[in-house]
Amino acid sequence: MSARLSLLQAFFFLLRRDLLLALRNRAEYAVPLLFFVLVITLFPLALGAEPRLLERIAPGIIWVAALLASMLSLESIFRSDFDDGSLEQILLSAHPVGVLVLAKVGAHWLVTGLPLLIVAPLLAEMLGVDARAQPILLLTVLLGTPVLSLVGAIGVALTVGLRKGGIILSLLVLPLYVPVLIFAASAVDNAAQGFDVSAPLYMLLAFLFLSLSLSPWATAAALRMSAS
Amino acid sequence: MAEFFNMGGYAQFVWPSYGLAAVVLWLNWYIPRKQHEKVLRQLKRRRKVEN
Amino acid sequence: MFLWFHKLGSPPHFYRIAGKWIPWLGWIFVVLLAAGVYGGLIEAPTDYQQGESYRIIFVHVPAAWMSLFIYMAMAVCGLVIVVWRMKLAEVVLISSAPIGASFTFLALVTGSLWGKPMWGTYWVWDARLTSELILLFLYLGVIGLHNAIDDKRVAARAVAILTIVGVINIPIIHYSVEWWHSLHQPASLSKFDKPSMPPSMYVPILIMALAFQVYYGLALFQKCRAELLLRERNSKWVEEL
Repeated sequence: MSARLSLLQAFFFLLRRDLLLALRNRAEYAVPLLFFVLVITLFPLALGAEPRLLERIAPGIIWVAALLASMLSLESIFRSDFDDGSLEQILLSAHPVGVLVLAKVGAHWLVTGLPLLIVAPLLAEMLGVDARAQPILLLTVLLGTPVLSLVGAIGVALTVGLRKGGIILSLLVLPLYVPVLIFAASAVDNAAQGFDVSAPLYMLLAFLFLSLSLSPWATAAALRMSAS
Repeated sequence: MAEFFNMGGYAQFVWPSYGLAAVVLWLNWYIPRKQHEKVLRQLKRRRKVEN
Repeated sequence: MFLWFHKLGSPPHFYRIAGKWIPWLGWIFVVLLAAGVYGGLIEAPTDYQQGESYRIIFVHVPAAWMSLFIYMAMAVCGLVIVVWRMKLAEVVLISSAPIGASFTFLALVTGSLWGKPMWGTYWVWDARLTSELILLFLYLGVIGLHNAIDDKRVAARAVAILTIVGVINIPIIHYSVEWWHSLHQPASLSKFDKPSMPPSMYVPILIMALAFQVYYGLALFQKCRAELLLRERNSKWVEEL
């Protein structure tokens, strides 16, 4: 790899590399998706599949399951790179680490968030989510899952060097996920009842832009600290 | 006097609140103080051993 | 003046000065506490609607204010740590965390005890209570992460980043009662408007708030001294103690 790769080329190189790695480790990435589906199916089984109840709690279930599935998959962003030394290479590169982090997080979202987006309509239908609310649900998943990947990356970067990092990762990352959960669920609830959805959607959009611009740098700082 | 302790019937809410506050404030002062004394003792012992 | 501040940043100097201040802060705190509790429990009149249960406010509101204030102080320390790597900032941040967590816990529990007579329930998932609970988790996360990392200077950088990232929660807590129609009442004491309570009620709150601030200094200095001694135990100035 020539040291003279432009920033854009480096970005896509890293993106492609991570996607390729994910492709070769399909099992590792299928697990969170299966977990997502399984958790969602647990609820009708546990609560007795009464349609009106399910319809009311469906957006919440789907989003909680999305949060949990996202947390399961987070370790994969940096753990293998930390173990085999590529993380240090990334930190040492001439390119700004924040941009490289964005490439890795982008790959992570394509492999974990996008499948959720594809599967969500099916599950929403199965849970009886109101027809008015389904497109809003998809929109919240589209806007929210990148935030989960971006903010989750900060948590992973902080804990990747620790022995039992996975446990404390959940403790760190869940409080930061809660605002996304609140606004996403609120948006879908409002849509199902016919109310205005613009306010929570704008908040989600705000979170997306905020995390896109700030989290790569926080992640980079955390990575430097972890690798030291 | 009894009225004061009864807090208009809300004694079970008011007094535990103040009580918990007292406990919390006490602990945040007492525990660091104990830690400090412990470290001082360890350092003194270490100096004795070195001399 | 700047020189004084710079000197204060040095661990041995801070250790000594904090040691001198602790007894003073202690007495000032006791006096303020006595005044506040007296004003709250005895002087303040019974509330028309809530009877005596409202007296929890004299603990609940100052505790909640402290839970937010201490987190902001930690965030400032975090910034100083990330930019300047100042040792004292590291000690202040991690020493503040348990104190902040305690106040958050106190705010939540006293609020809950107040909620039962006032709203009929110990807990409700409205915006303010939930975000205050999240704040407690953030504090615990800082303490947990710091414990998990062995090298304490590296640990300080980690929690600095975490604290700064978590700051987003503070405006959410503060404005939650305005953004959502929630069960928790909106602010009766704001910086610029006249309070909606009579002085006999809001003055004890302010006195208690001041008392808690002084207490924070007291407890912070106590914890910082213990931490400093522990971290710097192999350094020269400790030998000379």
